[in-house]
Amino acid sequence: MGLTKRIIPCLDVASGRVVKGVQFTEIRDAGDPVQIARYYNAVGADEITFLDITATSDDRNTILETVEKVAEQVFIPLTVGGGVRTLEDIRNLLNAGADKIAINSAAVKHPEFVGEAADRFGCQCIVVAIDARQRNDHWEIFTHGGRQATGINAEKWAIEMAQMGAGEILLTSMDRDGTKKGFDLALTRTVTEAVSVPVIASGGVGNLQHLADGIQKGGADAVLAASIFHFGQYTVGAAKQFMQNAGIEMRI
Amino acid sequence: MQKIVVLDYGMGNLHSVTGALRKVAPGDQVVQAKTPEEVEGADRLVVPGVGAIRDCMEGFASQGFVPVLKQAVKAGLPVLGICVGMQIMMRHSEENNGVDGLGLFPQALKLLHCPFTPAGTRLKVPHMGWNQVTQQDNHPLWANIDDNSRFYFVHSYYVPAENNRWISGQTKYSVTLAAAMAEKNIFATQFHPEKSANDGLQLLQNFVNWNGHY
Repeated sequence: MGLTKRIIPCLDVASGRVVKGVQFTEIRDAGDPVQIARYYNAVGADEITFLDITATSDDRNTILETVEKVAEQVFIPLTVGGGVRTLEDIRNLLNAGADKIAINSAAVKHPEFVGEAADRFGCQCIVVAIDARQRNDHWEIFTHGGRQATGINAEKWAIEMAQMGAGEILLTSMDRDGTKKGFDLALTRTVTEAVSVPVIASGGVGNLQHLADGIQKGGADAVLAASIFHFGQYTVGAAKQFMQNAGIEMRI
Repeated sequence: MQKIVVLDYGMGNLHSVTGALRKVAPGDQVVQAKTPEEVEGADRLVVPGVGAIRDCMEGFASQGFVPVLKQAVKAGLPVLGICVGMQIMMRHSEENNGVDGLGLFPQALKLLHCPFTPAGTRLKVPHMGWNQVTQQDNHPLWANIDDNSRFYFVHSYYVPAENNRWISGQTKYSVTLAAAMAEKNIFATQFHPEKSANDGLQLLQNFVNWNGHY
């Protein structure tokens, strides 16, 4: 009895289309964000995250339209990230139907932006996304989709962001992303123990045991995955059943 | 055809609430109102709300909605408050160094703390995710919803369930908190029915069908 752990499929969106390979046999148009979001809603995803990977100024309105269309038909929480720089960006996305906004590079550039956003919209909708890479005995955060080193220690940064007003941390291991070797559990545990806000583990999921490990060994509150769900390797339902069998409370 | 009005005072997630109401009430008129004039002729009111309570209260008041809501409550219109929409109906909140609410319920909101559980893990704040709601009465808004169903929560302040005769549903998260409160024609939820998949849509469907009597 209590709060469940969450499974969050993550979709990369560019110019109003889901990109980076999503292949469902159940869906005719595998690039339509509304169809894909509806599918994930129907199979029991606890939330859906959209990452706007183009995020040029021309595409800002496209992502708003996409969020609006999805929010009209999908009645579970939506997180949107990618290129969020101003309070106006956040306001527009929330008005379009997003529930949470992920901020990454803009937080590094102006840490006080996270504080202003949390103060204005409430910390519950401000997610700080952290992309981290291992450096000897610690982890360093990177911005701009993992291309730019910052010299900032990930653990200290997570603490600072939570104090600033982030309501949740989306923690991605750049070392593990795309490897299918499982989450960086040491990184996950270090950050979950350092902050009192929920932490979403991301990067590296290759099988269902990895998801359970993220919760049970990493201490994460939610797990985010893309390819294992997009290509039909596992369904969200099978993942939830597996995790429940492992002793994790899930919404089945 | 009835007119269902969602009060728009600049505080987020209107689109989801409106979309969910349109889904469950396809034959009705669902409108977002920014002014008291646009509320005129309403058959029922929805007060959503996302964000910090000070800005929510200020936005609500500056748009002239305080007398509108009080009038609707008096007139017996079914009213649904959601999340911060429920919170502003309370007497007071600890948030933002203390903010007075509308006082439709005499309760005060407290900050959730994050104690360590017996297992040694820390409970996270905000309370974010799917938690079980134990129904405390047979309110019409619980029709066709199983007891202990899961709804989506995201909040850091809560109304205690203890000494709360308005409680309609409660949830445990280190403390026992008010998940839903009811008083005559007002029903208010701390969780987001518009984000709670099928059970949430069922609750909204029940609200749309409710005559406001309880």
